[in-house]
Amino acid sequence: MNLYVILKRTFDTEEKISISNGAISHDSAEYIINPYDEYAIEEAITLRDAHGGEVTVVTVGTEESEKELRTALAMGADKAVLIDTEELESTDQFTTSAVLAEFFKDKEYDLILGGNVAIDNGSGQVGPRLAELLGIPQVTTITKIEVNGTDVFIERDVEGDVEKIETSLPLLVTAQQGLNEPRYSSLPGIMKAKKKPLETLEIDDLDIDEEDVAAKTKTVEVFMPPKKEAGKILSGEVNDQVKELVSLLRSEAKVI
Amino acid sequence: MSKKVLVLGEVRDGELRNVSFEAIAAAKEISSGGEVVAVLCGEGLNEAGKALIHFGADRVVLAEHSLLSTYSTDGYVQALLQVIDQEKPDGLVLGHTALGKDLSPRLAARLKSGLISDVTSLEQAGENVVFTRPIYSGKAFEKKVITDGLVFVTIRPNNIPPLEIDESRSGDVAALAVDVKDLRTVVKDVVRKASTGVDLSEAKIIVAGGRGVKSEDGFKPLQELADVLGAAVGASRGACDADYCDYSLQIGQTGKVVTPDLYIACGISGAIQHLAGMSNSKVIVAINKDPEASIFSVADYGIVGDLFEVVPLLTEEFKNVLVKS
Ligand SMILES: Cc1cc2nc3c(=O)[nH]c(=O)nc-3n(C[C@H](O)[C@H](O)[C@H](O)COP(=O)(O)OP(=O)(O)OC[C@H]3O[C@@H](n4cnc5c(N)ncnc54)[C@H](O)[C@@H]3O)c2cc1C
Ligand SMILES: Cc1cc2nc3c(=O)[nH]c(=O)nc-3n(C[C@H](O)[C@H](O)[C@H](O)COP(=O)(O)OP(=O)(O)OC[C@H]3O[C@@H](n4cnc5c(N)ncnc54)[C@H](O)[C@@H]3O)c2cc1C
Repeated sequence: MNLYVILKRTFDTEEKISISNGAISHDSAEYIINPYDEYAIEEAITLRDAHGGEVTVVTVGTEESEKELRTALAMGADKAVLIDTEELESTDQFTTSAVLAEFFKDKEYDLILGGNVAIDNGSGQVGPRLAELLGIPQVTTITKIEVNGTDVFIERDVEGDVEKIETSLPLLVTAQQGLNEPRYSSLPGIMKAKKKPLETLEIDDLDIDEEDVAAKTKTVEVFMPPKKEAGKILSGEVNDQVKELVSLLRSEAKVI
Repeated sequence: MSKKVLVLGEVRDGELRNVSFEAIAAAKEISSGGEVVAVLCGEGLNEAGKALIHFGADRVVLAEHSLLSTYSTDGYVQALLQVIDQEKPDGLVLGHTALGKDLSPRLAARLKSGLISDVTSLEQAGENVVFTRPIYSGKAFEKKVITDGLVFVTIRPNNIPPLEIDESRSGDVAALAVDVKDLRTVVKDVVRKASTGVDLSEAKIIVAGGRGVKSEDGFKPLQELADVLGAAVGASRGACDADYCDYSLQIGQTGKVVTPDLYIACGISGAIQHLAGMSNSKVIVAINKDPEASIFSVADYGIVGDLFEVVPLLTEEFKNVLVKS
């Protein structure tokens, strides 16, 4: 099977986030593979081990994203591709998916896996957009997948309900938490990853006209939510705390 | 400039979801005096269509086909493209629900348009409408505009107030027979997990339990509190993973994103993935025995203590005061 994973390098949102010059500050940020993409990588590796074939991880990003690609290789992916879009001026999900579609145009793929949402920009658009541009079906937020020849059986999470789906390859799926437990990269894995192929493509290497992929949306402002006043931690006898809380919810917060 | 804006209404278990009414309110704002046309897909939706008019839609198009009674990506894309082709809208609003998240990017790609997802508020700014949405798991917000073409957005449930219902409003509800075929994904079965009763994403009050609840039985006092308040019960991933409750109750980045008026977190530590799903709640109460738990950093009111002691007392106290009033 030809398996591809689309991967995003993202901010670790467990870390502190701050704003400088009207944008999220990159200085103190920790970067990781988007957690939902880790599920996609894990599933791709498992499917490859069961059915044979190759796992290629692809990211649209900058030179820095090499680190996350190497991590995916260390987990067990076979090849990595970085599409460097440093020079593009205005980018959004329209751009990212258009660039990816151009990359996939002449590739042979059976299954493309991605995350259902990136934890930083969080739009959940890139997977379904790419599926449409490639003219293949999609199944989003999957928690289970079985492949049998070209037949595919999937369970997906729909706001807590489980939908059982039949479809066929070629296909694009997006991973939901619960799909699997991503493995950690082992030391031998990390050593091996250093020798695995990591190809870098520039926009010029793809048949892309900058104007055709220019963003359709623009961020005009980024801000932190108004700082919440420190909450009231109640004190005293438990009974009194409970009485006070109920009274505050009624008279001060006015939600009951 | 006034615009024509299309809204996709969403019916679940025969009922329109509240987010559809909220989407009409958003569409009204975007249209700035233009026309709001609501679309429903499926069959037998005349009554639902009228309800959309009562909530502010000017007109309703019923895209009818037997294959549209259950959602499929292909079916809905095909149906909506035919409606869009007929209506030629300037804007399009969907709920940021499982359906909206699956459908909207695919449609945006087909229409070669931008898309702003998970909008929590919007405002006019000169010629433009500016949309606000949370980013970085809710730690920050951004304001975005569409710079080119269709004004296409999805809105987060329970954030944009719907318009006042007006049952005297009337408008055209017209059926459009659409052509739907060759569905490439087939839903064989749906295992319903979501509990009946209040839909979490639309609930005004939520009582949520975490790993601190300790067992399935541990949810009972929370359910009792919820019953007194007319609230829905939710949970953290921790509680779901430990099998204390079903995953359909999960709130957070992976689970449901909720914005109730009141969120009562019991025995939940407050991991960022949980906060991403509830930190926008209007008022947050935390009950946790660990004074250092991060949930207190987003709480308006906190009680440091044992939930098994505090929650039953709270239920009693609410019973007392609610009976009196
Ligand atoms: C240097 C740089 C600066 C940027 N600045 C902005 C900005 O200011 N505002 C803005 O809106 N956008 C910006 N972008 C584009 C932004 O990264 C895209 O919006 C992003 O690629 C996808 O959006 P998302 O975070 O909503 O992902 P989602 O659509 O939520 O991601 C879902 C899934 O799609 C896949 N995916 C997403 N992104 C990529 C990717 N880049 N490569 C491969 N697979 C991917 C992953 O599997 C992911 O789990 C910038 C991009 C770059 C390279
Ligand atoms: C990709 C990804 C996605 C995720 N998505 C989600 C998500 O959508 N939703 C989600 O919730 N999590 C999510 N998580 C998991 C998240 O990181 C946390 O692990 C989880 O939220 C912890 O659940 P908890 O707070 O119930 O448990 P814990 O962190 O174990 O906290 C239990 C709390 O209960 C308190 N406690 C114990 N006993 C009592 C008592 N008797 N009385 C009062 N307090 C008591 C403790 O002090 C503690 O603070 C995700 C993680 C990842 C990696």
